[in-house]
Amino acid sequence: MSVGAPKIPVTVAEVVTVNPLVKRFRFVRRDGAPMMPFSGGAHVVVEMDDHGTRRLNPYSLMSAPDDTSGYEISVRRDDAGRGGSVYLHAHVTPGMQMVLSAPVNLFPTDTRARKHLLIAGGIGITPFVAQMAGLQARAGRFELHYSARSRELAAYADTLTALYGDRVNVYLDDQNQQINLGTLLQGQPLGTHLYVCGPKGMIAWVRTTAQTLGWPETAVHSEEFLAPPVGLPFTVQLAASGKTITVGPAQSLLEAIEAAGVVAPYLCRGGACGECETGVLACDGAILHNDHWLTDDQKVGQTRIMPCVSRFAGATLVLDR
Amino acid sequence: MTTPFPASIRSRPVYGVLVPQPGTAHLVVADGQGGAAVIDMFGRAGDAPLMLARSHIIHMPGPDGTDMTAGLLALGAAQFHRSPTIAAALPRLQKVLTDAHMGLQVYLAGTEGLIGQVRQQAMLAGIPWQAVQAEHRGSTVRRVQCVHCKGITENVRTDPFQCSHCGLNLFVRDHYSRRIAAFQGVNIDAEDPGLVPPPVVRFG
Repeated sequence: MSVGAPKIPVTVAEVVTVNPLVKRFRFVRRDGAPMMPFSGGAHVVVEMDDHGTRRLNPYSLMSAPDDTSGYEISVRRDDAGRGGSVYLHAHVTPGMQMVLSAPVNLFPTDTRARKHLLIAGGIGITPFVAQMAGLQARAGRFELHYSARSRELAAYADTLTALYGDRVNVYLDDQNQQINLGTLLQGQPLGTHLYVCGPKGMIAWVRTTAQTLGWPETAVHSEEFLAPPVGLPFTVQLAASGKTITVGPAQSLLEAIEAAGVVAPYLCRGGACGECETGVLACDGAILHNDHWLTDDQKVGQTRIMPCVSRFAGATLVLDR
Repeated sequence: MTTPFPASIRSRPVYGVLVPQPGTAHLVVADGQGGAAVIDMFGRAGDAPLMLARSHIIHMPGPDGTDMTAGLLALGAAQFHRSPTIAAALPRLQKVLTDAHMGLQVYLAGTEGLIGQVRQQAMLAGIPWQAVQAEHRGSTVRRVQCVHCKGITENVRTDPFQCSHCGLNLFVRDHYSRRIAAFQGVNIDAEDPGLVPPPVVRFG
């Protein structure tokens, strides 16, 4: 959340193993008050104290948007990741106290759309679970195309099919089933909006195909949270705070700024929202831009950086922070 | 050539130059001199025969009577339709948009009245307004809505002008409504009835 924005103290109410890779977590407010309603596609940032390491990871909310009794997220364990998902899987149990950010929606459905075409890959299903509940409640026209590695790993496929019938189409890699994207996109009525959430390759495939077939850019929506990449350590000067900090190999620049006691804005912590954008006062070296926010020209200019996911290699980097 | 307009407020529409886009179908609507912009665009297309094979061109004469039917017919598009007026073409447009699929590209050329009214139909059909290309050619007469009686007067040439519906004297603003596809006209002598500045031809 942004600096000063509300946080939600919660208790873990339930942890459910969905399949060998995915667990679902349900959170309720510690003070018993209702959660604020959200809109389908919203995420929360989950704060974790992983044995002294502070982790803040964004996860899409997948409970019904109008269910104010609690929030649910589903987390896929990434053994090669930085540790947030592994921590949630291994250490978070019912009864534990945690802190969530208020929900933020960077992936809402466009209410002007005549029809919503949802394309999910793997754990990318989670925002669509909430979006479909929201669309169903206001009689929105939608269709889901969900691709997963196998029946066992197709989280929620059966539940969603039971709820929405033939509006749910499941494709299983181990059955050699693949979305026939060209035919699917060419058959959509005018006014359809397209949403894609899944692995990087899938998002690129869907976006490129849509562009080639003449879909307007404003009718195509995607969401991908980037995990901050690991890298070589580097040193940064924070001009406004008068501090010099070192960013560790598995630490993000934003995390290092926070660890130094400097208050910095953030929202998604995944390179998508733009909230943490910071001015670069001096740069002798190369900024390793990893975000989806800055334009290509801005990235080349090296005068702005997104500290949540981007790193630096070189002699000197001075930030206006 | 495209029409130059002076800088104005943010709500005043601006127009570009038509650029051929990848698409599964192309709907091209032009009035009067807009026909020349359409011919120029196909001249710039990488694969003009393929694009023409997927194109539906609708043309009507401009406010000054300019009719480019001959040149547009010679392009050889899959479908060509000449309409006597913009209003007469709207039912056909609505049918085309109802039957269309995503991948349709919309190109508009000619007067602001034509561009605005067809863009309005495209928006009603669910196309994001930013996705509709438009190039201004020819007459700059305006389609103006009287903000008082809500009647729309076509082909306004002078400022102020008299509303063709309620008769009020209206000052023509640059304030434009995409939803209504018209500029806004506001009573100019509300405080001092009868004190109306002489009309000046601003739109030709």
